Amino acid sequence: MSAATAQAAGPPPTAPGPGTAQAAPRRTAGRRRLTPYLLLLAGVAWLLVFFVAPMVYQASTSVQTGSLDKGFKVTWHVATYWDALREYWPHFLRSLLYSGIATAACLAIGYPLAYMIAFRAGRWRNVVLVLVIAPFFTSFLIRTLAWETILADQGPVVRFLNRVHVLDVTAWLHVTQGDRVLATPLAVVCGLTYNFLPFMILPLYTSLERIDGKLHEAAGDLYATPFTTFRKVTFPLSLPGVVAGTLLTFIPASGDYINAELLGSTNQKMIGNVIQSQFLRVLDYPTAAALSFILMAAILAIVTVYIRRAGTEELV
Amino acid sequence: MQTRPMRWLCRNIVVIAGVLALGYLILPNLVVLAFSFNKPKGRFNYTWNHFSTDAWQHPCGVADMCGSLTLSLRLAVYATLGATVLGTMTAFALARYRFRGRAATNLLIFLPMAMPEVVMGASLGTLFLNMRIRFGFWTILIAHIMFCMSFVVVAVKARIMSMDPRLEQAAQDLYATPAQTFLRITLPLAAPGIAAGALLSFALSFDDYIITSFNAGSTVTFPMFVWGSAQRGTPVQVNVIGTAMFAVAVLLVVAGQLVGGRRRGARS
Repeated sequence: MSAATAQAAGPPPTAPGPGTAQAAPRRTAGRRRLTPYLLLLAGVAWLLVFFVAPMVYQASTSVQTGSLDKGFKVTWHVATYWDALREYWPHFLRSLLYSGIATAACLAIGYPLAYMIAFRAGRWRNVVLVLVIAPFFTSFLIRTLAWETILADQGPVVRFLNRVHVLDVTAWLHVTQGDRVLATPLAVVCGLTYNFLPFMILPLYTSLERIDGKLHEAAGDLYATPFTTFRKVTFPLSLPGVVAGTLLTFIPASGDYINAELLGSTNQKMIGNVIQSQFLRVLDYPTAAALSFILMAAILAIVTVYIRRAGTEELV
Repeated sequence: MQTRPMRWLCRNIVVIAGVLALGYLILPNLVVLAFSFNKPKGRFNYTWNHFSTDAWQHPCGVADMCGSLTLSLRLAVYATLGATVLGTMTAFALARYRFRGRAATNLLIFLPMAMPEVVMGASLGTLFLNMRIRFGFWTILIAHIMFCMSFVVVAVKARIMSMDPRLEQAAQDLYATPAQTFLRITLPLAAPGIAAGALLSFALSFDDYIITSFNAGSTVTFPMFVWGSAQRGTPVQVNVIGTAMFAVAVLLVVAGQLVGGRRRGARS
């Protein structure tokens, strides 16, 4: 916008006569009006064809009936939605619950780390940032499989947790079973938390980094304790990062099925697992489509309420 | 006297918590590294047996693994190119122009990032299925460009927004043509944002499993190979590849830092 306005503001410096001076800006102005659309053309077309169109198509699939060999026809069979909900509501509930807990855990673990990088890391800042991002470059499937090793039944972690009776408490809370951690809700939530932690840390860090350090000094000068400074100054200013981070964690986590598949048992299956198996194994496309839409609607409702309450609507 | 350790603890509690969180993030990578030197007893590489460098000496000793790896790398390169070109153009339009439909375009860019992967993958797969398009390399590539593009737009747009407009005005005052201004001022200034977007799309494309699994048919990318092998028992070579990727990424970032640092040093 800057260069464009600068150019449009004054006539070309070497304008020879009044006639050409008037014609030239008008022609460039016409072209300039078209430029953004030309720039957008390819990208927007790509998203319209391969993102929006499939969604619309998915909507029509969800009200179709038929079978793979006879073909599917639109019959406005809305009952697919009710059947899907009736059969799979525990999976929906579990997905939202697991991803909600994982998001809270990400915030609790990620906030101190983001705070440390922003204010306390000094010359180590870049090193720590690299360490946060670097795990991204090892396939997340491999890293999730590593959790199977870490949480293995006879592994040091499980034996230690058993020794200090943590597993008795978690078993009492029904998040683990017996002296196992693998194939329990705890393992799945642990994996989800791990997998989406960087998505929480990076937005938190960007919003914390923008805070002027002088504000902390000012709060201290006004006799605020460090805790009050955090509660009244730092945290409110980092709220956009908190909102962005929780959304970036919660939304992908609620659709995830990798962690439930690798770290959980059949009792921890999430809605992603159901959609995946309906689509790729059962080949029941209408049900898969209906489940996708219910998931999207649930996420949309939760996110809308959340953004309203957080009061940061200019985020998008 | 007694309160001193307590006070130290209070002052550094954030650092301690941060370091613990960092440990949580890094631990799996260390496990992957350690178990790349394991010689597992059975098919499953989950318990330590004894030290061996077999896997490092024969990284391609497993059937089909390196084939899937090269396929994934090729896909990632093409997807990065496509997403970076489309995303950068879109970002320039959104950051530099006011036009009708701008808000709608912003929403369109935002939506793929706010959509669970399983929903995107399933819907695109349904479309391909009904168009009777054969699943394979091209369908995966289309899907990857689709979900990587938004991330490029966000990275490049942020960079363009933070650029000093006076530099371009200065170039124009010095009689640079619009093309010259763009090539010699705007593009170099936007380059870090474009590079960040490209790097992110490479990582996202290379690592994607969920969307790919809906659009791959019988084609096997590296994440799909890992997924398949998780059921039968993962070969140690998978850990070797994981560790090597981690090392390459860290080296690239460190080299980038060093080059950037030297340039900054030379300038000042």
